Amino acid sequence: MIYLIDITLLVFLIVVAYAVVRVTDLFEAAMLFAIYSLLSAGLFAMLDAGDVALTEAAVGAGIGTILMLAALALTHRYERPAPGRNPTALAIVIVTGLGLGYASLDLPEFGAADNPVHTHVAPYYIQQTYDDTGVSNLVAAILASYRSIDTLGEAVVILTAGIIVFALLAPGAGRGKRTSTTRSEEAE
Amino acid sequence: MSDHAILRVVARLVIPLFMLFGLYVQFHGEYSPGGGFQAGVLFGAAWILFVLIYGLDTGLRVIPEALIYNLACLGVLLYCLIGVLGVALGGHFLNFDVLWTTPKAAQQAGIILVELGVGVTVAAVVMLFFTCFVRRRALNKTGADTDQWREDNHDHDS
Repeated sequence: MIYLIDITLLVFLIVVAYAVVRVTDLFEAAMLFAIYSLLSAGLFAMLDAGDVALTEAAVGAGIGTILMLAALALTHRYERPAPGRNPTALAIVIVTGLGLGYASLDLPEFGAADNPVHTHVAPYYIQQTYDDTGVSNLVAAILASYRSIDTLGEAVVILTAGIIVFALLAPGAGRGKRTSTTRSEEAE
Repeated sequence: MSDHAILRVVARLVIPLFMLFGLYVQFHGEYSPGGGFQAGVLFGAAWILFVLIYGLDTGLRVIPEALIYNLACLGVLLYCLIGVLGVALGGHFLNFDVLWTTPKAAQQAGIILVELGVGVTVAAVVMLFFTCFVRRRALNKTGADTDQWREDNHDHDS
């Protein structure tokens, strides 16, 4: 039964991914991306990764879609299709895909207890987190306490992203006569 | 969108629930999935829905623009402050054990405070993103020369 849900979600994921590539209406593409994120969130929930599922649903399907639509309001609605075909790109994609598929054969068995990922610090976290911190959500304890400096870095990254978007889009940015001529010269 | 009665009524109903759920995700993150990042996004999304219905000017009357900029920085500063507080009380940077009497209570206090910092920053940055996009949109509508520039640019591209 669980496999059935997994397979259904994965099949939908592939269908939606293909549709995203095919549509030229960017509004549809943004909506399909939201569905893609929601399906991913469902898959994460199936893997019992509640935190990741919540993040994917809130960020990928929610804010990501809103920002894509907001960006779409600044540009054209329809994608300009690339003329002709590009056999070199197709060959590169196929070779890379086959290479990755071949490499995946060397991956350890999914979910096995002696995988490298389960033998390093994970046992310590699983056994000691509650004794160390008294926090029952393992993920929150790891993110905020054991890996606190990483999370500080993430917060700084988000602030930086905010500053960059402000610098790019704020009134005045790229609006001056000088900047405008520079850009059109670049385009030429 | 302000003339759509259904949207107005439904938004009025769900915006407080969004914010309540955001607070739940923020402060219950120790026990259930969630934390500062997700809570910040939920809070920001609630404000964006408000802006979509009532317009940016009303939205900025709820949260002044200057406050958004300050909150984005204050969240990260709060995080750093907790770290430096650990140093001041005799531990390492971002070591929570020294913040309170018992290590467990100290860890929980530290986790809640840094998650609050993350949440405040994320919420403010999400609001900042949307404000920037809406401003730019209004600017492009009024500034015909920008459109002209963009069309020129597209001609060059193709």
